[in-house]
Amino acid sequence: MATLLEVENLQTQFLTSAGIVKAVDGISYDVEEGETVAIVGESGCGKSVGALSIMRLIPWPPGRIIGGAVHFQGKDLVKLSDAEMRHVRGRQIGMVFQEPMTSLNPVLTIGLQLTETMRHHLGVTQEDADKRAVDLLGMVGISDPARRLKQYPHHLSGGMRQRVMIALALSCEPKLIIADEPTTALDVTIQAQILELMKGLTRRLGVALIVITHNLGVVARYADRVNVMYAGKIIERGRAHDIYHRPSHPYTLALLKSVPRMDQPRKAKLDPVQGQPPDLTRLDAGCAFRPRCAYRAERCEREFPSLDTVAPGHVAACFETARVTRLEKVAS
Amino acid sequence: MSAMPERAFAAPHAGDILLSVRGLKMHFPVYEGALFRKVIGHVKAVDGVDFDIRRGETLGLVGESGCGKTTTGRCILQLERPSAGEILFNGKNLAELDRDAMRAMRSRIQVIFQDPYSSLNPRMTVGDIIGEPMKVHGTEPDRAKRDRRVRELLHTVGLNPRFADRYPHEMSGGQRQRVGIARALSLQPEFIVCDEAISALDVSIQAQIINLLEDLRDQFNLTYLFIAHDLSVVRHLCHRVAVMYLGKVVELAECDELFDNPMHPYTRALLNAVPIPDPEVEANRPHQVIQGEVPSPINPPSGCVFHPRCTLAVDGCKMSIPGLRELRPGHWVACTEV
Repeated sequence: MATLLEVENLQTQFLTSAGIVKAVDGISYDVEEGETVAIVGESGCGKSVGALSIMRLIPWPPGRIIGGAVHFQGKDLVKLSDAEMRHVRGRQIGMVFQEPMTSLNPVLTIGLQLTETMRHHLGVTQEDADKRAVDLLGMVGISDPARRLKQYPHHLSGGMRQRVMIALALSCEPKLIIADEPTTALDVTIQAQILELMKGLTRRLGVALIVITHNLGVVARYADRVNVMYAGKIIERGRAHDIYHRPSHPYTLALLKSVPRMDQPRKAKLDPVQGQPPDLTRLDAGCAFRPRCAYRAERCEREFPSLDTVAPGHVAACFETARVTRLEKVAS
Repeated sequence: MSAMPERAFAAPHAGDILLSVRGLKMHFPVYEGALFRKVIGHVKAVDGVDFDIRRGETLGLVGESGCGKTTTGRCILQLERPSAGEILFNGKNLAELDRDAMRAMRSRIQVIFQDPYSSLNPRMTVGDIIGEPMKVHGTEPDRAKRDRRVRELLHTVGLNPRFADRYPHEMSGGQRQRVGIARALSLQPEFIVCDEAISALDVSIQAQIINLLEDLRDQFNLTYLFIAHDLSVVRHLCHRVAVMYLGKVVELAECDELFDNPMHPYTRALLNAVPIPDPEVEANRPHQVIQGEVPSPINPPSGCVFHPRCTLAVDGCKMSIPGLRELRPGHWVACTEV
């Protein structure tokens, strides 16, 4: 499979009254054609800012991409002009946001929002765009699509609005869709509907998908490869199976251990990640996870570990990966 | 008074019952018109709910948005006046208590809210927030003693007693939720309604708060009504679980029994929709996604409210409302087709 998107040492910072926040601090990853890649992490780890940076949707002030490159179809998106970037957004890369309530324009009909994008990017007539909009709504499982075109977002439920967002993201046949917490605001049965829909459509149409989420279950069910983020950096990456069954970074390990399992009877008390997430304005040269880490060593105070290979296709940013994997083997 | 409804799920070895909910209904009127407002219907948020909670037990109340789980909790807290039914606490009907008795009762029933950002007054220090219930109820009128008790409570919930002088905005979400818990504990209650108490927190912080709730339950012999939509957490923390759909309890059982042997088609669909954090389990699990969305509680379907989305539905389901039946010891299901 060919590489579709390559993010290289991307850095995005925000200027705040408390100081400079390095929200995304040199992340690199790639996405292959038709692949589903997950970016997983907790609030404030930089997963959403990383995605918005790809789309160049970081508002200045206060935020700014200060370095790195995003290679997509022979172009570096970071260097494109605003006008050139507008041809990428929605046309070549689609986006599904978290909030189906606020990401559609409340004063425009569903039909207008769908057809506007297609007319702008594809240059089709209103008639053709209308026809395609009906097809798209049908494809995302909205009943009676012709009538829905005339409705406004408030006529639709949260799940239905998210279906419209997916139709919108697919409307110009992009190669890549970025979905930022696409189901966090939805109920669990609706979440399952939306995720099955996205999975089915991306597989069928060969669209690659970046899913940004904090839900470890969603990642396990849908992702081919997983990037785990902590404090603005990717700290582990691998195939989903390796991340869940052979986690090599202490944070990944602690995160997986701290969630209860619905499919197993309770065994013991939970084993939480101790302490609080770090303050991003006060990071030093050392590893950001070390105050909460059970494996920290002296070296972690001074330098940040690079992402090193622990197995083919599996990298982790920790000096102690050998100890983490060895002790875990003994424990299990 | 007319005949009491049957004690639906008092299992043989139930121990003593702390709280009973009997035939609870909460219908909110829906108005139309600005000048001449008239009632055009009712939102049947809770529509005939019965359950018991045993002393020392944690009962999970689960379901999706709008199923009535929060409204049930609010009725128990007497924050809503139910349209019908009764709530018995230690055998006393809460609706029949006079002002003073109700005031005394409130100190025994406390609540932990979902949102640690909006449930703490931003203009009060943490110490004042935790101390206020003791001041209002007069359990600790002396300022110095109250401050000492506040510091004790902070220590109990795992916060440094120095936090007493801080304001909520100086704290993280997890720390604020600990303040909310300390406030709920300040009157030494017997019963706490945890309304989505951990839903707003990050994964790594959730586990800390879950463990804290467990420790406090053991330490103070607390009884919880644990209202949540996260089924994994419910399985971990609860003794028994009630599943709600559109204002009704559709299934109630011991925790492991419910998760290992779900019987109601809605419970099965709900459990099936929850992704398990293990790619191998997920790859080998059938994914049958339930179709459609939850109907409006203003005009719920006739008969069994779940029948339009149900794979087992037969003609009879449109006509008669299924009651809860005990299909296995302690396992109650409101479905005629299982």
